[in-house]
Parts: sequence; C-alpha cells; structure tokens
Amino acid sequence: MTTVALKPATMAQALTRAMRDAMAADPNVHVMGEDVGTLGGVFRVTDGLAKEFGEDRCTDTPLAEAGILGTAVGMAMYGLRPVVEMQFDAFAYPAFEQLISHVSRTRNRTRGAMPLPITIRVPYGGGIGGVEHHSDSSEAYYMATPGLHVVTPATVADAYGLLRAAIASDDPVVFLEPKRLYWSKDSWNPDEPQSVEPIGRAVVRRSGRSATLITYGPSVPVCLEAAEAAREEGWDLEVVDLRSLVPFDDETVAASVRRTGRAVVVHESGGFGGPGGEIAARVTERCFHHLEAPVLRVAGFDIPYPPPMLERHHLPGVDRILDAVGRLQWEAEN
Amino acid sequence: MTVMEQRGAYRPSPPPAWQPRTDPAPLLPDAEPYRVLGTQAAAQADPELLRRLYAELVRGRRYNAQATALTKQGRLAVYPSSTGQEACEVAAALALEDRDWLFPSYRDTLAAVARGLDPVQALTLLRGDWHTGYDPREHRVAPLCTPLATQLPHAVGLAHAARLKGDDVVALAMVGDGGTSEGDFHEALNFAAVWQAPVVFLVQNNGFAISVPLAKQTAAPSLAHKAVGYGMPGRLVDGNDAAAVHEVLTAAVRHARAGGGPTLVEAITYRVEAHTNADDATRYRGDAEVETWRGHDPIALLEHELTERGLIDEAGIRAARDAAETLAADLRERMNQDPVLDPMDLFAHVYAEPTPQLREQQDQLRAELAAEGEQR
Repeated sequence: MTTVALKPATMAQALTRAMRDAMAADPNVHVMGEDVGTLGGVFRVTDGLAKEFGEDRCTDTPLAEAGILGTAVGMAMYGLRPVVEMQFDAFAYPAFEQLISHVSRTRNRTRGAMPLPITIRVPYGGGIGGVEHHSDSSEAYYMATPGLHVVTPATVADAYGLLRAAIASDDPVVFLEPKRLYWSKDSWNPDEPQSVEPIGRAVVRRSGRSATLITYGPSVPVCLEAAEAAREEGWDLEVVDLRSLVPFDDETVAASVRRTGRAVVVHESGGFGGPGGEIAARVTERCFHHLEAPVLRVAGFDIPYPPPMLERHHLPGVDRILDAVGRLQWEAEN
Repeated sequence: MTVMEQRGAYRPSPPPAWQPRTDPAPLLPDAEPYRVLGTQAAAQADPELLRRLYAELVRGRRYNAQATALTKQGRLAVYPSSTGQEACEVAAALALEDRDWLFPSYRDTLAAVARGLDPVQALTLLRGDWHTGYDPREHRVAPLCTPLATQLPHAVGLAHAARLKGDDVVALAMVGDGGTSEGDFHEALNFAAVWQAPVVFLVQNNGFAISVPLAKQTAAPSLAHKAVGYGMPGRLVDGNDAAAVHEVLTAAVRHARAGGGPTLVEAITYRVEAHTNADDATRYRGDAEVETWRGHDPIALLEHELTERGLIDEAGIRAARDAAETLAADLRERMNQDPVLDPMDLFAHVYAEPTPQLREQQDQLRAELAAEGEQR
C-alpha cells in the first residue's frame, strides 16, 4: 500500500476541485451563476473553471436568482446537470418560487419521468462580519420542502465528497456551504480525493460517553472545541456531525444518544421553528427511555440576523454550549 | 481630496461617448396587429394549411365545451376554457416541429392536445388523479404550469441546453397577459435575449387576468412593446386570425432555429367564457364587449375565408364537426370511467430512492390500507 501525502487544503479548494473533477468526468455538468466565470466567484470557489472548461460550461449569468434557477430547470429537462451558485444565503430568496414550485417537485409531478439533477450551492451562515442579507442560515426552509436533499459539509474531505455526491445525485440537492469554514484547513490528499460517506449518513466526529452534541456545518468545529473544554468539567462529550439534514440519519443519532443518555442540538439558525426542534423531537421519539434529561437546543436567537458588530452575541459559542451541557444534569436540578 | 482642493489640477473631460447598443427600430411591433384573413395576404396562404387549422379549431372548441361539461358533472375539479382563443392554441402547436418543445400554462390544454397529447392524459391535472398525466419527453410538452410565468425560464434553459448540445430545437413558451407582470417573465426574456436562446414567447392577451383588465395590468403601449427593452423583436398579431398567428409564430420559430434569438409575440384575443367554471365574469365585464368579440370569432373567420374562396364545402365543414364529435364522445366515455389509483404512488416519486423517513411513512400507509382490507 502506498502512503499518500496529506497536505493542508482549504474547504474552498476542495469545493473547486469537486466541481472540476465532476466537469471533467461528465460533459453534462454545467456551473452557472452571477460572477462564477471570469471572477471565479466572490469567494473564488469556481476559480479557474471557466478558463479550463469554457464559458459555455461555467457561465456568468445575468443577476437574477429566479432566472438562474429557472433556466437551470430547463437545462436539466434537456439532460444537463446544472450546478448553480446563489452567492449568499439571503440572495437565494428570489429563487424560492422556482425551488419550491418546480425544482423540488418536478420528479413527483411527472411520476418520475422528469428528474431534475440540479445542485444548488448556497454559501450560508454568519461569523464573517458580513452586512445584512449576507449571513442567514436558511436550512429550515429547505428542510421543510419535500423533494430536496439538504447537505452541509464541515470538513475539507466532506466538502469534496459531498459535492461530488450532490452533483452525481439524480435529485436536486441544496448544498449549504458554511462561509466561515471556506478558509479552514484540513490535512487532505488533493492528488487522490476520495468521496467519503454518502449523502444521508451522519458521522461521529468525536466519541464520548456523557452526552451527545448533535450539530452540522459551521457549528461542528465549535462543538469540537466545546467538547475539549468540557473535559475539564468532567464531561466526555460525543460530537455527531449530521452532514445531511435531508435525508436525516436517525440511526446514527439515536445510537449515539442511547449510549450517552443526554443530547444537545447546536446550530446557528434560530431555534423557534428551526432544525433543532425537529431533531429533538426525533431523538425523543426514539430514545425516550434512554434519556436522562430533556434534549436541549443551543441555537441562534429568534431574531433577524444581527449586524456584524453584534453577531458574536448571537452565534452559539463554546460557553453557551457548555452552559447547556451543565443543564443536562437534570436529576440534580429537579 | 475634495473638488475644492483639486481646483486648478482638475480638468473635466467630456463623458464617455454613448450610443444605443442596438437600433431599437427593427424591434418595435407594427402599429396594427398583423392579419391575414379577409386581406390580400390570404391569397398567399396555403389552402391545405388553412383546412388543417380549421379542423383543429373545430376540434378544439368541441374539446373546450366537453371539458366544461365534465366539470358540471364533477368529473373535473376545474377547467379554464380557451374558447375564443383556439386560434392561438392551435397555431402554437402547428408552428412547431416534432423535435421542438412546448411550454404551456394551465389554460393551454388545447395546444398540448393539438400537438398529439392524449386528451385524457392532458386533463389529469384538472381531474385530480395526478399532477401531470404524461411523460413530457414523449411529446416534448412540459407539464401544464399552474404558477404564472414560472415555466418561461424553463423554456429558455431547455432551448439554451439544446443549442449547447448542437441540436436545432426551439422552445415555444405560452403565457397570458397577467403573467407578463410576474418577475419570472422579465427574467426569462432577459436571459433569452442575453443568451440569444432559440425561444419564442407567445403572450395570449385575452383581456383579463381573472377579473383585472389589461389597463390595470400594464402601462406599456402594448405587451409586444416590452420586447424592445430586452433587445428582442416584438410582434403584434390578431390572435383570432389562425392564419396570421400561424404565420407569425412560424416565422419566429424559423428565426430562432436559424440562430436569430428570441421573439416576443403578443396575440390579441379574448376569453369568451369565464376564467374557469368557478368564476362569474358578469361582475367585471359587460355583454356588449363579449358580443363584439363573438362577432370576431376565430372559427367563423376562417370558415368564412375558406367558403368565400371555395376551399371548403358543406361536406368539408360537416366532416370537421363529425371528427370533433368523435373526439368529444371518446373524451366523455373515458373521463366517465373512474381512474384507478394506487395510494402507494404517494411515495413513489418524491426522490429517486425514498428517504428512511419516507419508508417509515410508506409502511404506515401500507398498514392502514391493510387494516381497511385493501392490502396490495
């Protein structure tokens, strides 16, 4: 067995590589969106694709999100596999009618005759000091729409593997890219990038015995940091990275909570009507007799995303997670 | 540095030269809607085509009447009739080659049927047994679209994709006057013009968006005038003149196929019946207006032309009506049979593979069906 050289790479580089490899493997893969061509994307995630594959394969579109996604629907109808970029989370809202009225349900509407293999890349979430409309976590809207897959990577390897899987999927995939992890580095083998776990599988990022932190995307590194800090308090925390919100991996999550007996769901988006409520309910339904405490949520506040100078008070951080972990000593308190 | 501080050093230069990117004049529609029937142009029309248009118009009207009757019997949840607009529907279908695609709105069942779609399959959306009863790829007819104008960008994307693949396929997208106010109308036309996509947009201006008249819908000189703002030609046609609509659409399709880019065609027509059987049109328009339009009926116009020029006789007219009756009888008979539905179909086509969550729900429904004594 040859040893492969692991090199540090950023999540943005892995995403670019995933698109490049997908485009090289299948001439039907087309990348499109505002600024994705000449500029290489405002985050440079599509850097070099127009140069390598031409402007017909990596296309700068007019500035119109409904038009970008709507034309992608027609392209998919004709056999292409469009990968569209929405540039920023809140910029995707004009495209919601196309997403909800067509992208998500055309397979269903046509009894399977017309699947739409579209990947919708949405840079999402806060923590980069963006101004209003540049930091939303909109995953709950996508999760509430049947017919869409919703995935979000937290590691460099997953960024590559999940994006390849999304582009290869015959169903539409909303691919949520945690903006603040674009420049995070992992050791990765860029010469032989591997697709890792498939869509729909969660992974245990850190094993522990006293409680489970259930999280995804930008909150995964925060939870790992919290787990390290919690060791001082005598807590041995397990961290589950969901990777895929739809389909949801009930099995991995429930198995972890049955082992630990306690769970906290952590995410940036608001708690009310947010993903955490759904996840807590699913965990409770499956693990009620194993639970030593209610499933708690650590989420962003139920407010419009705050201005950048206040966002650190809004985003779930290590302290807020540790505070919730402390509250898991339910018996002592009651 | 402020302008005051710059004084002395600052030398204003004239602004960069400006000129329109293209000459707008050729894009503007003619002052009058284009007409063929009853004019000198009719002499050039192909008699065979006129007879074919006539047969399709008669069939289409009978189809509309039969479908409306089926709503009264409770066989259809709703039917948006295109009576009075048959010329647009038929010309839309006949202007296309087999390899082309049609993107209809919910009122355009007739165009889909005239393109060869099974009349019953075309009605499943309105009957309620499934959303789209046909394989869109088989006849190259996109699903009948209920949201307004959202199918227009699909037509642009499909036509663009076809051209990228080297196929000379044209997409014809149909929309109503109300639909031109939607954002997707704008985005679709803009994308089409920028990409020079082989698309033809057909606006059937039938005077009303449910109850709202055109004057409250737009302040544009005409809907065809909107084209110039996108950099594509706008064409105005009498939508009740089947020969004229066919000629204008055929030219636009040919232009698109040859790489000339998109065209916006506005057909001036009228919805003689209400928006749907659930609508009361007397609340928003008077009888006199409707009567005026009944006097400019697409079937009567064409029949008059054909008769005047000796291209059809009583027997020919009767043959067209008999064919329409056969269609109606077949539709009546087949629509009066209860569709056979499989409840498990609810889960069959949400994803290529059902999610674990959907499998659980599938099991739940299966158990419920078993309990009802209907185990499959």
